[in-house]
Amino acid sequence: MLQFLVRRLIVAVLVAATVMTLAFILTRLSGDLAISIAGPNATQADVEAVRKAYGLDQPLVTQFFNWVGNALSGDLGDSYFFKARVSTLIAERMPVTLTLGLTGLVIALVVSLPLGILAAVRENTGFDRAVQLVTLLGQAMPSFWLGLLLMITFGLQLGWLPISGTGSWEHYVMPGIVLAFSAIPALTRLTRAGMIQAMGSDYIRTARAKGLSRASILLKHALRNAAIPVVAIAAVQLGFMLGGSIVIEQVFALHGVGFLAWESIGKNDFPVVQAVVLVLAVIYVALTMLADLMNAVLDPRLRGP
Amino acid sequence: MSVTAVTAGPKRGWRSISTWIGALIVGVAAICAVFAPLLVPHDPFAQDLGRRLLVPFWMEGSNPDYILGTDQLGRDYLSRLIWGCRISMLIGVTVTIVSALIGITLGVLGGFLGGRVDDAVLFAITTRLSIPVVLVALAVVGLLGSSVTLLVLTLGLLLWDRFAVVARSTTMQVRNLDFVAAAWCAGCSRFRILSHEVLPNIASHLVVVATLEIALAILLEATLSFLGLGVPPPLPSWGLMIAEAKDYMFFSPWVIVIPGVALFVLVLGVNLLGDGLRDLFGARTDP
Repeated sequence: MLQFLVRRLIVAVLVAATVMTLAFILTRLSGDLAISIAGPNATQADVEAVRKAYGLDQPLVTQFFNWVGNALSGDLGDSYFFKARVSTLIAERMPVTLTLGLTGLVIALVVSLPLGILAAVRENTGFDRAVQLVTLLGQAMPSFWLGLLLMITFGLQLGWLPISGTGSWEHYVMPGIVLAFSAIPALTRLTRAGMIQAMGSDYIRTARAKGLSRASILLKHALRNAAIPVVAIAAVQLGFMLGGSIVIEQVFALHGVGFLAWESIGKNDFPVVQAVVLVLAVIYVALTMLADLMNAVLDPRLRGP
Repeated sequence: MSVTAVTAGPKRGWRSISTWIGALIVGVAAICAVFAPLLVPHDPFAQDLGRRLLVPFWMEGSNPDYILGTDQLGRDYLSRLIWGCRISMLIGVTVTIVSALIGITLGVLGGFLGGRVDDAVLFAITTRLSIPVVLVALAVVGLLGSSVTLLVLTLGLLLWDRFAVVARSTTMQVRNLDFVAAAWCAGCSRFRILSHEVLPNIASHLVVVATLEIALAILLEATLSFLGLGVPPPLPSWGLMIAEAKDYMFFSPWVIVIPGVALFVLVLGVNLLGDGLRDLFGARTDP
C-alpha cells in the first residue's frame, strides 16, 4: 500500500512538473510578449520599459526557473491587467468554480446512479434501451447550447431561475445541470456495466441461494462492487468538469476561475493563464490520486501485498 | 486473422436501426460538406440589412426564398448552415487525422516495445489527461490568433489520448498471439510485424475510436468558435452562428435553435455510427 502510494506520488509530481513546463512554453508561443502587453500604440521605449518591468529581458531559462521557484513557494506572480497577485485572484474565484463543479457532480451522480442500476436490473428491456438513448443524447448535447436553451426556457419564459450572476444558490442550478450533462453519460454507462457484471458473479448467486431479498442483494452486494469504478471515475470527472466549466462560466457569467482565464486570454495576461492551467492540472492530478486511493480503500484486492 | 464478435440477442435489431440512422446522418452531412458550394441556395456571406432576421418557414410571415430565415446581417441561414456543415466536417476529420497519427504511433510503440518506452507513453497519456483541453486550446488560439489551420493543429495535439490508450492496450493483446510469434520465427523484421501483423488487427478498434473522436472534435470546435476563439468570422461555423445570434435569442429563439439542432444531430449521428461499429467489431474503446 505504502509503495503504491509513493509511486503514485512520484508520478503526480512529475506530471505537475511537465505541465508547468508546458504552461510556460504555451504562454511564450506568441513571440515577443512585451510588444503584446505594451499594446499597439506603444513606442519602442515603452516596449523596452515593459520588457524590463516584467523581467522579460532575462533569458528564457532564467525566466522559467524564476517562475518555477516562485510557484513552488506559492507565488504565482502578478497579473498585468488586474494589478493584483495571481494567487489572490485565483483564490477569490475558486469558490465559485468549486461550487459549480460539486453541484454538477452531485446532480450527475443523483441522475446516473439510479439510471445505471435500473438499466442493469432491467437489461435489454425497453427501459434499458431508453437509458442508453439518453446517454447518447447527453453525449451529443453541446453544453453551451443547452445552457442557452435553459436560459430561454427557465430564465425568460417561465421566470423560475436567474439568468446570470452568482448571488444565491439559485444561480448555480442551471449551470450545475448543464455541467452535470457532460458527466452523466459516462457515469451511467459505467454504473450499468458494473452492475451487470456484478449481478452475473458467483457471490450474487450465493446471496440469492441464501434467500436474501432482492433489494439487499442489489444494494449491499452488487452495488458495493459496481460502485468502485464509479467512485473513481466520479473523482476524475470532477477534474474534467472543473476544466470544462470555463464554457459554462462564460455562458452564465459566473465569475469563477474559468471566467478569469477567459478574460485573461483576451488581455494577454499570461501569468494568470499559465497559473490557471497549472492549478487546474494539479487539482486533476490530486483528484486522480484520490480516486486511486478510494479504489484501494473500497477494494482490498488492489492494496497489494 | 482478425476476430470479430457480434453480440447476439434482442439488442441487435435496435442497434442496427440506430447504426443506420447514424450512417444516414453522417452520409447527408458528408454530402453537404463536399457539395456545399453547389447546394447553397444563396451566397452564405452576402449581407443584406434590408432582410435582417427573416423568420423560418414554420413561422408566420416567412419568405419562401429563405426557408430557414436570415441572420442578424441578412445572410441566408440555410446557406450558412450548409457551409457550417462543411467546416464542422472538415475540422472533425482533419483533427482526427492529426490526433490519430500521434496517438496510434505512441500507443503502438508503447504496447509493442513495453518496458521504458511504455512507461514514457503512459506518462505522456497521464500528463495529457491532466491538461484542461478547452482552456489550453483557447489560450493557444487567443495568443496566436484564430485560423482554421491553427485550430486543427491545436485540437489534434490535444485529443490523441484515446487513440493512444486503445492502440496501446490492443497492441499488447495482439503482441502475444500465436501468429505474431510465428512471424517472429519466420524472421520478420520489427517493422514488418508492426505494419503487417499488428496494425491490421487493431485497425477495427481504431476506426471506432476515430468516429468518436470526430464527434468530440466537432463539439470542441463549436465550443471554441462559440467562445470567439475558434473559426474566424465571417466563416459560418455552427458555434460561431450561435454566438453571433445570442443577442437575439430572447426575442427570436429560432436563431440559436437551428444551428444548435444541426450540431446536436450531427454529433449524435457520428456517435450512433461509432457505437454501431463498436458492436459490429466487438471493439473496446473505454480508456
